[in-house]
Amino acid sequence: MTEIPREEYILKCTSACAGCGGTLSLRYVLKAAGRDTILVVPACCTSVIQGTYPNTAFNIPVYNVAFASAAACASGMSTALRAAGKKTHVIVYAGDGGTVDIGIQALSGAFERGTDFLYICYDNEAYGNTGMQRSGATPLGARTTTTPAGKTQPKKDLDAIVAAHKPPYMATACPAYPKDLFQKVEKALSYRGPTFIHILSPCPPGWRFSTEKTVEMGKLAVRTGMWVLYEREQGKVTINGPSKAAMVKPLPAEEYLRAQGRFGGISAEAVSRMKDDAAALAQRLQKEEKGIC
Amino acid sequence: MLTVATGNKAVAAAVKEAAPAVVAAYPITPQTEIVEQIAEYVSSGELRSQYIPVESEHSAMAACIGASVTGARTFTATSSQGLQYMHEMVNWAAGARLPIVMANVNRALGPGWNIWAEHTDAIQERDSGWLQVYVGSVQEAFDAVLMAFAIAEDERVLLPVMVNLDGFLLSHTMQPFEVARAGDFIPPLHLPHAIDPAAPGGYGTLTGPEDYFKLRWDIERSMRDSAGVIRETQERFARTFGRKYGMAEEYRCEDAEVIVVAMGTLGREAEVAVDLLRGEGIRAGSMRVRWFRPFPRLDLSGRDVVVIDRDYSFGFGGVLAGSLAAAGGARPFSVIAGLGGQEVTYEDIAGFVRERRPGEEFWFGVNGDV
Repeated sequence: MTEIPREEYILKCTSACAGCGGTLSLRYVLKAAGRDTILVVPACCTSVIQGTYPNTAFNIPVYNVAFASAAACASGMSTALRAAGKKTHVIVYAGDGGTVDIGIQALSGAFERGTDFLYICYDNEAYGNTGMQRSGATPLGARTTTTPAGKTQPKKDLDAIVAAHKPPYMATACPAYPKDLFQKVEKALSYRGPTFIHILSPCPPGWRFSTEKTVEMGKLAVRTGMWVLYEREQGKVTINGPSKAAMVKPLPAEEYLRAQGRFGGISAEAVSRMKDDAAALAQRLQKEEKGIC
Repeated sequence: MLTVATGNKAVAAAVKEAAPAVVAAYPITPQTEIVEQIAEYVSSGELRSQYIPVESEHSAMAACIGASVTGARTFTATSSQGLQYMHEMVNWAAGARLPIVMANVNRALGPGWNIWAEHTDAIQERDSGWLQVYVGSVQEAFDAVLMAFAIAEDERVLLPVMVNLDGFLLSHTMQPFEVARAGDFIPPLHLPHAIDPAAPGGYGTLTGPEDYFKLRWDIERSMRDSAGVIRETQERFARTFGRKYGMAEEYRCEDAEVIVVAMGTLGREAEVAVDLLRGEGIRAGSMRVRWFRPFPRLDLSGRDVVVIDRDYSFGFGGVLAGSLAAAGGARPFSVIAGLGGQEVTYEDIAGFVRERRPGEEFWFGVNGDV
């Protein structure tokens, strides 16, 4: 039985939007990480959510740093702390823009060098902080302010890129499954070396759904198979319970897509391609789990 | 005891003496030898630093920032395109008040590809909040790096310091120099704002205009105070190691009717030109500007001034000449020379002095003879 600590590191009065999946996720991340933690945050919604100087709504040291530099900054921080004999967790908390686009070089470098840190990408599938422009993580067909007719390219496969660096532990998560997220953060922090968690972070204003439906939207993403919860521990894949169930009997993808305004007017071809891509991912992960490939 | 080495090796030797906890760097011609030598020291155990072989200069400075904010002494080195690529983080380091020391081997910017000496790379960082010193010999490169740590880490300063040396002319030129044993010359670093889980708080959080303004002013206040710290540190260095340095190095200026002002190796070449001119009966002197930030006060009153800029600000002019004109009201003869490693001899410099035209700008090698 997992005991989630009562201690809160995210205090009241953040400037997060109502129903923010990123802040909900961070709440559980910090509960799992505990007090001896430094958060490194590049430009993203969390830069604003924590509040304005001289106040902060985060009861933990936060180093805010330039957009492209989070993984490199954390790399220097972790190296200096370890050289001083300190075990302080260094956690990057970065959005999808700061991870799959502008920050990917620093991310790749830090992973290749074996930096002892946890990199978390909370992914709301667009540049949320600047008002929802497309990112490499925006899915096919989704409308953003820079893809007003829907994105014509599929979502970048960030997890495959990270997996190519062979980190000791990586996982996907979603704040609709807080216990799962909590356990994954604990597990990631138990490893030495670079670890990675990719959190699908439902975003009411960006995805255009009602603010009370964040958890529902996260569950729909998993149950339709549009988001898969899994871990890759020492290279070994484990598909987690909710996604295992969804692979046996998935809900139709349309239930997830139709619930969000950003997919309004999406073409039948795009929906069909997203379904094919989701099925291919599920098949690949199932094979990997069985050790077939 | 004297040893003979290149400017790059002298920088690395000074870093070994300063023993930073973390060095994060990326290779670039003509700086590469510095990071190779440091990696060698770390590998052989002569230097107990963590060497982070980052994947870019942007990440080099980002890693230095992450390390420095824990209270660790940090060093990096770069040049030209590398400095330009890390520009965003160069500004971040100063704004975050982190005493990082960086050696920059001055090199021209592309295109076209040009690996030779020019100051425009560092000059473009002049408004970033970094202290900048330009050296004129291998010995001075060593001494300046050692002093840079003491100055940057002084609680009255807490700003990063950039030590500039001319590409190839110093980086790859061997000269005899003395390796000073640092001993306790650089006190241990106590960063008052080191990040600490026992004292949670936000660093670099969203800051409104009123507070942002105060933080900017605080950088300027420390920049002004740094002039005194530089003087103290250079005096302490002279007492400890016997070599004297000023904000600028004056040469035969006492009775001079005309003064040549330049930075880096051109400033040393100017001294030879001064001797030549004195032999001809021209009362010449020279001032080699060492510290460009904070900018020194130079006494140029009542004398003709010839400024040689190995840099250029398009649409404005030579930056050193413009800075002197702004600071002291001088009407210098502004010579633009040495860009992209163009050879400038003491005879050329003597020619600039003989044929000076106050208030005018002259591009050596483009405008023909003076």
